[in-house]
Amino acid sequence: MSESKLVDARNSFCPGPLMELIAHMKRASVGDTLELLSTDQGSVEDVPAWIHKVGHEMVSTEKVGGVWHIKVRKAK
Amino acid sequence: MKILVVGGGTGGTIVANNLSRRLAREIRAGKVVITMLSASERHMYQPGLLYVAFGQMSPDELYRDQASLLEPSIAFHVDPVTNFDLDQNRVRTQSGSTHEYDILVIATGSRIVPEEIPGLAEGAEHFFTEEGALRLHKRLMQFEGGTVALTVSIPHKCPVAPVEAMFMLHDFFKARGIRDKVRLRYHYPVNHVHATANVARWAKPEFDEAGIEYETLFNVKEIDPARKVIHSEEGTEVSYDLLIAIPPHRGMEVIEQNKLGDGGWIPTDRYKLTMDGHDNVYVIGDATNVPVSKTGSAAHYEAELVAENVASFIKTGAPGREYDGRVYCFIEAGFDRATYNSFDYVNLPELKRPTKSVHWFKVAYNQMYWTTVRGVL
Repeated sequence: MSESKLVDARNSFCPGPLMELIAHMKRASVGDTLELLSTDQGSVEDVPAWIHKVGHEMVSTEKVGGVWHIKVRKAK
Repeated sequence: MKILVVGGGTGGTIVANNLSRRLAREIRAGKVVITMLSASERHMYQPGLLYVAFGQMSPDELYRDQASLLEPSIAFHVDPVTNFDLDQNRVRTQSGSTHEYDILVIATGSRIVPEEIPGLAEGAEHFFTEEGALRLHKRLMQFEGGTVALTVSIPHKCPVAPVEAMFMLHDFFKARGIRDKVRLRYHYPVNHVHATANVARWAKPEFDEAGIEYETLFNVKEIDPARKVIHSEEGTEVSYDLLIAIPPHRGMEVIEQNKLGDGGWIPTDRYKLTMDGHDNVYVIGDATNVPVSKTGSAAHYEAELVAENVASFIKTGAPGREYDGRVYCFIEAGFDRATYNSFDYVNLPELKRPTKSVHWFKVAYNQMYWTTVRGVL
């Protein structure tokens, strides 16, 4: 059964939000949805760049109260 | 009041010594007892392994007897914990002993798990253990030309180590007079040469100038040691003659066996450094899931904060302050230049131009570390 997981990488400069997301993605199951919380504007470009290259799915991107909520799904 | 510190690395040693000094009066009065349980009688200065790989430090320089680093008032036992019974405020150890506590500090660190990537253990060298660093040094000394590839797996400790290793490889082969026969290739998981934007902005032109090639968005999927080929999750493949890997890391087995955290990383409040759901359990260093670098520097700052807060709680009934995410890391830019990376939860790192003086300060710090863990510096 697919799960939804939260990856709270707010205020993370090193290793940074995308590194946190990749680490959690490795441990997720195919079909799981991960929601990355990031205060780094760069995540808006960096996350889709990796997701598309590796072949996972972007679900949504929105900014709420200064925090980016980026939802992705593990596809393989 | 019984304070139990589990783990005798950087974080555990600093927190125990700092508490011992802050609570000296209470300890003398018999009101506070500090106990440390560790898996080893020796303490290793882990950042020194990078220097061992390049022949710049000897392995015996990396160790001290753990007991010699601790304040005499700390009861030290080489007896690793096997069971955490957090609901009963007690742990059980390998020898069968039980230790009860009022306050627990978990500082168990992390470990490499190259076996998580097919072929990595057989096909790659690394510098994360004494044995690995010595083997890599031997391979580097024997290398006469070809492609040296470095890969980075996630999660890993010391996020600047891959960049440092590339600059040191460049200077190492220059010093051996064969740099023109060596192709240096760097492979990194995200779409910049480093996950921290300002480090990437600094390192990229430095790589270009040194002739270091790089491929980003490269996450290692498997290694074919027979063909000497690396396959990435992104579908690309790269050939190598010598492969150096930053292996994936996990928290310690005892953390996973006791189901304290997925992957061995313990869910920890990023400001209080208490374990989620357990206000009398603090977690510091690599063992946390706090989104800061897994480095001795983070462990150091976290240990000082926990010691201050535990002592303050005992003396006044309230903790003093919160962890601000502070980390300070030296970055070697070769054999004779270095810069540094300093940041917290709010302030981005701003890198300065590498200098010889910062490099020599790092070399000095490799010895000064022993005063840091004793709590003198």
